[in-house]
Amino acid sequence: MSMNRRQFITVAGISTVLGVGSASVIIGLGKSSLEAAQISPDPRALKAKRWGFVVDVSKLASDEDYRKCIDACHDIHNVPNNPNPMHEVKWIWKDTYEHTFPNVAEDKIMNVELQEKNFLLFCNHCANPACVRVCPTKATFKRKSDGIVMQDMHRCIGCRFCMAACPFGARSFNYVDPRPNIAKEKQNKTFPTRMIGVVEKCTACYERLAIGQQPACAEASNGAIVFGDLEDPDSEIRKLISEKYTIRRKPELGTQPGIYYVIGGGEHA
Amino acid sequence: MYNSGKIIAGLVVFFILATMPFLLNLGKASAKVETSIDTPEINALPVKQCVEPKEFMRSEHMQLLNEWRDQVVRNGNRIYESSNGNQYTISLQNSCMKCHSNKKEFCDKCHNYMAVKPYCWTCHIEPKENKS
Repeated sequence: MSMNRRQFITVAGISTVLGVGSASVIIGLGKSSLEAAQISPDPRALKAKRWGFVVDVSKLASDEDYRKCIDACHDIHNVPNNPNPMHEVKWIWKDTYEHTFPNVAEDKIMNVELQEKNFLLFCNHCANPACVRVCPTKATFKRKSDGIVMQDMHRCIGCRFCMAACPFGARSFNYVDPRPNIAKEKQNKTFPTRMIGVVEKCTACYERLAIGQQPACAEASNGAIVFGDLEDPDSEIRKLISEKYTIRRKPELGTQPGIYYVIGGGEHA
Repeated sequence: MYNSGKIIAGLVVFFILATMPFLLNLGKASAKVETSIDTPEINALPVKQCVEPKEFMRSEHMQLLNEWRDQVVRNGNRIYESSNGNQYTISLQNSCMKCHSNKKEFCDKCHNYMAVKPYCWTCHIEPKENKS
């Protein structure tokens, strides 16, 4: 069969149009069948541009006060109490000054009182999170709406890149099945557990923010942990940061951590 | 053909034996799976209707659950407005299983029949059931 130039261009043109047309059909089929109008956030949800924390450990007098914050978090999130310390899973924990701020300028002579304190550590919800950059499945991601660094357990494949990337040790891996190590009577039936082989961490109580509640640790801390919008100049947390001398963990790494530790009163500012 | 009688008889016996399961069940209704929605929570509802009509839920619940999951975890959207205008909180543990508190008679029965193994319950806590 022979074909002249005119016929060839006609056939080529028609098949291009058909091809483009069918592509849109295929793309249309792949789209989610849920309409945007069908789905919305809870009207009670707390909103912010970027959530952050101020931690003032001078308000935590005894070990009991630390325990209260830690238990409040670990109980509602079904965090297992694994017997083997190598398998420890923690969302919020207590550690010494040395471990919290290994590289600050203040030495042993300065601020002795502070250096004897313990600190409450949890995920910094960095503005520039290293864990999110390395995650191969986007299981961990930064919420565009409020800057919370989230962990999608459905997507986590347990590669632990994020644990290597996080400079704050905020992430724990489930080396063993967590279920048997959560006391049955303590189990929070409204929140899932995790399974063996996924990484977990503090999620800034996204499930509580969604219904208008403060994070559990802040609620239990008696004012030692203040939660608020870092981008809002009128927020309580911003006032605290401007009034008091605060430092962050390892700011030189450039991840822009979102937890500010109060280490001095007004006289320092 | 040598031994044709024996061979043909043997073939007939083999054919009958091989097709026995089909012959025995000929004309009978195929096995059906019956899921139960008999829970106190559902019985207390004024209208026994899930978030969407039964037929839709039956064929599309997996897609709906997947989309719900992504919307909640990734976009923070927790309210679902159904096709008849009712609003529901999106949550497997706190909404779905509140009504369908009989996982063994509802979810498992059909999933076992279809030989599918969804891995929801490795993390999500299943409702406590009296029957074991």
